[in-house]
Amino acid sequence: MSFDVDVAARRGEATVGARFVAGDGLTVLVGASGAGKTSLLDMIAGLLRPVRGHVRVGGRTLFDADTGIDVPPEQRRVGYVFQDARLFPHRRVQANLLYGARDAARLAEVAATLDIAPLLRRWPRTLSGGEARRVAIGRALLSEPAFLLLDEPLSSLDPARREEAMRAIERVRDARAVPILMVTHDAAEAERLGDRVITIG
Amino acid sequence: MSELLPIVRLTLLVGGTATLGALPVAFALAWVLARWRFPGKVLLDGLVHLPLVVPPVVTGWVLLLAFAPAGPIGRVLEAGFGVSVLFRWTGAAIAAGVMALPLMVRAMRLSIEAVDRRLEQAARTLGATRWRAYATVTLPLAAPGIAAALVLGLARAIGEFGATITFVSNVPGETQTLPLAIYAALQRPGGESEVWRLAAVSVALSLVALVVSETLVRRAGRGVHVL
Repeated sequence: MSFDVDVAARRGEATVGARFVAGDGLTVLVGASGAGKTSLLDMIAGLLRPVRGHVRVGGRTLFDADTGIDVPPEQRRVGYVFQDARLFPHRRVQANLLYGARDAARLAEVAATLDIAPLLRRWPRTLSGGEARRVAIGRALLSEPAFLLLDEPLSSLDPARREEAMRAIERVRDARAVPILMVTHDAAEAERLGDRVITIG
Repeated sequence: MSELLPIVRLTLLVGGTATLGALPVAFALAWVLARWRFPGKVLLDGLVHLPLVVPPVVTGWVLLLAFAPAGPIGRVLEAGFGVSVLFRWTGAAIAAGVMALPLMVRAMRLSIEAVDRRLEQAARTLGATRWRAYATVTLPLAAPGIAAALVLGLARAIGEFGATITFVSNVPGETQTLPLAIYAALQRPGGESEVWRLAAVSVALSLVALVVSETLVRRAGRGVHVL
């Protein structure tokens, strides 16, 4: 199984968590607002420490409360595309893309796939929401992750940009052997992109 | 004009040494106050800000007690290195540094707190260790604030009077910085014209510092690289 997750974390008064296993391809996570979807991704990425349970991806244990395993985020080989692109404002697009790149020679190829080649010299603050999102996806891909986490990668995009970004994700899904976990609350999006849908909360 | 130059040079030496010496201490304190949570944090915060609210004469007197030959720090310096900072420019730099410290900590702390920690998280997921994330994301984004803190600290240090004159007295050529020279000229009959010249130089120096720090802070607001 690509994803084998069983975690819980405290978020203020409430406890959020989920348990699921999922195979290869693109798995869509759906759930109401506040169900803890982003917290779940943060726990898988190693940014939020679960109070119990385990996280295994592609057979590798990233977290296990019982044995005390807690791989730091930089060693998890995660490609995390945040809901709010989180580009580094003091670096141009190209420097953002190359920040975690294992092979800088792949820059041109990734930029072409995501249609961001004309943006390389720009500063992040001059990008539109859709452009920033695609740069964030490119930055995650260039770090050659073992798995991808996409947090509402299509929200707050107008229909044309949405279609663009969706095609980019489809290309990534079909071209790469890495499992993808994607959070969304859009049923049509889930239907089109997902190999399976898991409801949490 | 020729009698002005040594005074300006000494003032810049004392102020520059004070600011650069205070920089690592101020940064460490700013980081701890911005990022750590621990019991006694309020106490540390208060202690750091003390020189800002206590009369400078009191700060100078406390320094005198500490660095006097029988004082806790003075004894160590005397026995270990055979040096004393009393009546020396080094003592003036210590006084100026202590007085500048709270302002520098404040400016740096605000700029560290203003850095979006989610950007550090993004860097971590991209394979950066905690330290690389600090060095490549946090530090560059906080840099304008740190630079502004340096300028503010320098301005405060070259204007220091009360703590300096109490701690290391007013020795021409050794501890007599611009403000102390102005004070001495005021005491002297017929010293008015020198007061005018010295005052003009201090105003000009302060103005330059102010403009530079304003520019840096503005850039910080835009999130642009300065250093």
